[in-house]
This record gives sequence, C-alpha cells and structure tokens, in this order.
Amino acid sequence: MKRTIERHLNILEFTLASLLRRRGKNLSLLAMYLLVIFMLASLQFFVSALKREAAVILADAPDMVVQRLMAGRQDLVPTEYATGIAGIRGVTAVRPRLWGYYYDALNGANYTIMADEQQAAGLPRAAIGAGVARARTLAVGDLLPLISYNKTPVMLEVGSIFPSSSDLIAADMVVISPAQFHTLFNFPEGQATDLAVTVRNPKELPTVAAKIATLFPDSRPILKSEIQRTYQSIFDWRGGMTLMVLSAALLSFIIFAWDKATGLSAEERKEIGILKSIGWETSDVLLLKFWEGTVISLTAFLLGVVLAYGHVFFLSAPLFAQALKGWSVIYPRFQLVPVVDAYQLAVLFFLTVVPYTTATVIPCWRAATTDPDAAMRY
Amino acid sequence: MIELSNITKSFNSGKPNQFTAVDSVTLTVHPREITVFKGPSGSGKTSLLTMIGCMARPSSGRIFLHGLEAAVPFRLDGAETVEITSLPERFLNDIRRSTFGFIFQQFNLVKGISVLENVMLPAYPTGEGRPVFRARALELLEQFSITRLAGQRVELLSGGELQRVAIARALINNPSIIIADEPTAHLDSKLSQEFMAIAGRLKGEGKSVLIASHDPIVFDSPLVDRLVEMRDGAVVGSRSCR
Repeated sequence: MKRTIERHLNILEFTLASLLRRRGKNLSLLAMYLLVIFMLASLQFFVSALKREAAVILADAPDMVVQRLMAGRQDLVPTEYATGIAGIRGVTAVRPRLWGYYYDALNGANYTIMADEQQAAGLPRAAIGAGVARARTLAVGDLLPLISYNKTPVMLEVGSIFPSSSDLIAADMVVISPAQFHTLFNFPEGQATDLAVTVRNPKELPTVAAKIATLFPDSRPILKSEIQRTYQSIFDWRGGMTLMVLSAALLSFIIFAWDKATGLSAEERKEIGILKSIGWETSDVLLLKFWEGTVISLTAFLLGVVLAYGHVFFLSAPLFAQALKGWSVIYPRFQLVPVVDAYQLAVLFFLTVVPYTTATVIPCWRAATTDPDAAMRY
Repeated sequence: MIELSNITKSFNSGKPNQFTAVDSVTLTVHPREITVFKGPSGSGKTSLLTMIGCMARPSSGRIFLHGLEAAVPFRLDGAETVEITSLPERFLNDIRRSTFGFIFQQFNLVKGISVLENVMLPAYPTGEGRPVFRARALELLEQFSITRLAGQRVELLSGGELQRVAIARALINNPSIIIADEPTAHLDSKLSQEFMAIAGRLKGEGKSVLIASHDPIVFDSPLVDRLVEMRDGAVVGSRSCR
C-alpha cells in the first residue's frame, strides 16, 4: 500500500516538473480553461441565486391573483367581484389591489406605484424604494413631485425609504394612499387593478380557481405556482441566452483543448519511449498522463469555481448583471445569498474535468504500448 | 550469468519483407565481466541486447538469467535460474527495472528537466521513497563529479557531461547488469576512453557490463573480458580477451 502511494506521489511530482517544462503553453491553457469554468460557474451561481431570491420573494405573494380580461387584454376588476369570490368555500380573504406604472420623464425610469391602506389617508406622503431614492436623490422628508394624469403635479413627502435588503422587490416602488392613487391616475372608484385571494388549503387552489372562472367568466385566476414557474423560466431563458453568447468562446476552447490534449508531439512520443526503455510500465506512463490532465483541469475547475463564487456573491456579478437582471433604469442593488447547487457543480465537473483528462490519456495509450526497445533506435 | 539458447529475432514474420535480425544465437555471458558485441551496423548487436535486457522478446529460443538478484517475486526459494523469454510483460518490467541499467547511443535524456530529475527517473515508478532514491542519485552525481550540475537542465550540458548523467541514470536502481548500446558513437577519443574507464570501475564493483560497439577504443580496450563478433545476425566469433 505504502509503495503504491509512493509510486503515485513520485509520478505526480514528476508530472508537476514536467508541466513546468512547457510553462508558457500550459499556463495559457490553464488560463483559458479557468476563464471558461469561471464564466460557466458564475452563470450557474447567478441564475441559481436569482431563482432562489425570486422563490423567497414569491413565498409571500398571494395564493392567487384574479385579473379581468376585456378583448384579450387585462382590464380593471370591479370590486364587487371580491364579494362574490369571498363567498366561495375555502377562500379566507380577498383584497382588491391598486397598482400601476408611472413613467418618470425626468430620468427615463419606470416606477411601480402601489396603493396601501396603511399609508395615512389624505396625507401626501409616500414610502419609496431605495432605487427610486437613488434615481431622484431623495431622503426622508424630501418632496417627490409626480405628474398626474391631467399634467398637474402631485407633491408627495417621502415618509420612509425601503431598506436595501428588499431591493429586489421594492427598488422601483412608490407606495401611496388609495386616495392619492385615485388622484394621480384618475383611477375610477369601485375598481381595482386585480384581486389578491387567499385560500385556506393550497390543494384546493385549482378548484377555487375553476369556481371563480365559472362565477365570473371574464376573470383570469393566476396561481402562485404559475407565477413561480414563469419566473424560473425567465431566469432559465436569460441564463440560456447568456450561454449562447458564451458558446463561441466555449467552442473555441473545446477545439483548442481537444487539439492540445489529443495531439501527441514527436517529442512527447520520444519521451514516452525513453520512459518505457528505462523501466516505466505502460500503466506508469498512463498514470503520468492522467495526472497531467487532472492537474490542469482540476486546478482550473477549483480556481474557476472559487473565483466565480467571489464574483457572484461578493461582487454581485458585474459581468453578467446587465444581461441577467433585466433591462431597466433602476437596477436593484442587493447582495445575493450564496447558493451552491451541488448537482449542477457535479455536472460542470463531469462536462469539463472528465472529458479533458480522458482526452489527455487516450492518445497516449498507443504510444505507451509500443515496445520499449523502440527507444534504442532513436 | 546470462545464457542464450538458439535465439532468433525476426521482424514482419510471414510477410514478403520478413527480416531476421538475430539468427540462432547461442551464447553465455559471464557475470562481473565486460562483454563487447562487435560488428558493423545491422549485424544484430542492438537487437540482441534489447532481448537480453527484457525490452523485446525473441521470435524463438530462450534466455536464462542465472544467480542474479533480480526482483522476481514469483521465483521459488532457492531457485537460481529464471527463464525470462516466456514471462508476462509485468514481470519483464520488474526484471528490467531492478536488474538492468541502460545507456543509449543518443543518451536519451529527457529535455527540460534537471540532471538530478533525469537520474532519478527510473526510480519513480518503483514505489521507493523519494528521499531515499534522491540521496542515491546525489551520491551517483558525486561519484561522477557532476554534483554541480544537479539543478541544470540537460540540454545545456556538454557531450561528456551528458554521458556521465546517462551512466548515473543507468545505475540509480542499483542494477547488476549494465547494457550500453554504441555508447561512444558521439564522443571524441578522450571521452570514449573515459567511458571505458568508468565501465572498468563498474566491473570492479561487481557489475556485468554488456556493450554493443564498433569503436576500436571500446573493443580494443584492455578492460574488455570477452569479445563477441557478429555479422548478419549471427555470432561469427566469441573469444576471451584474458
């Protein structure tokens, strides 16, 4: 056993010395390999973390949102629908919601305006997201002028700013009282943007949704699970798009690595012959090549993953943020919670380290099985 | 002692281009002697040495190793003789590694690594601890007065230095038989004589030295014990020089 370990250690040591011989070539290969792993792992970490953030946020979302459709478009929902839905067995609460979008011509940003009963009625006060505060350089107590539907300004005092921790959901949000909401948008009384429905037993959600659709044929119930699925798809799609952009670089690397790993130079062939002639077995030569492939690919994999981790979770992925967070004037500023998906990392490992190492060992097989006396004839 | 019995080596057997490199050679090589195989190019010297050194198998015939301290795990206690021609590859490797040291015509050192690394190379796969064979390698470098070159890359060495590194490498596993194939082919007369002096020293240490050469400095050397003359794959003469 000790001899076996010693044999491995000795050959590994020779591998390292051997790799250092072609320092420039191997370092450039390592750098390219590292870059590819870094990009792929960053992408993977970032998409996983975003999906997790979205899932956490959506956990607090209502069980079901009921919208009304008119000519295939979303329309306002009469608030009396809420009374009808509340009468369905299993429904615990129905809350009409008032919300909409406001385009701020001053900086080109879109705000999400929401009405909340908690905002003191009548007082011209607003709670705003940190993104809005940044975009308009506002602090608590400052005035936020918004232009109403008839071009008259509505002056709102900033009552509070949402903490940065809620940035992903609240960065672009302006919460005002229902009365101001009606004033700002000339929103008709007795109408709501949609209805938030809470159901006691989540298993009954499809049944309740079917009953709502029967009761109000122009309504469209959307379940929380459907919203979650849509979010997951959006992030997967964005991840896929980014991967497509990276694929050219990835393909170049694969061709380069394949060429390097499979091509055996005359010098390498001669070296294998020398090793065999001085007593190395075929298995020793293959072990040497195995370690060569492993040292390069494993170093690139481990370094790439660690750098990607730092890039995503400490620096908030500056290289991918634009593409993956979406396109907007107001970007949420938030620190992603580290999420490492062992399964995906294992897939990345098997798609990078294993093929490279195999591609290094297999072409040596033929060279290593030649008769050792070939070296006598060089 | 090495005993060759009716050894033949043919290439491309059964094909129109069949070629017999060694033809029915029967020979005894005595231990602790310098045996020189003399003959022109293509006379079968190198082929014969590769078969003795377990690098290749004969097409027919047998090779016996008598009374050698080869690391042969399967040898029965007390048995003095090993017949190597029918052994599996794995065992041949074991014997080659522990019993034979090789010095090649072109020295065949690995470029890009240090002299010390080159000398240690045959010991890596043996499973011996690195500090042990490293110490042995340094001792050999000292013995051949090339300690100062230990950290130097081999491509920067002169012909004489290369030769000494190659000899040190051949000795790293402490073999009892040294096989040298045209070792002086690329050396000037002074270095060729130096090589023969080293061969003599190795013989003095109890090693058997087998040299294939057509260099007069080698086969006319007073240190040679036996001269085997070859031509067209056959032994045409074998005589003691004592």
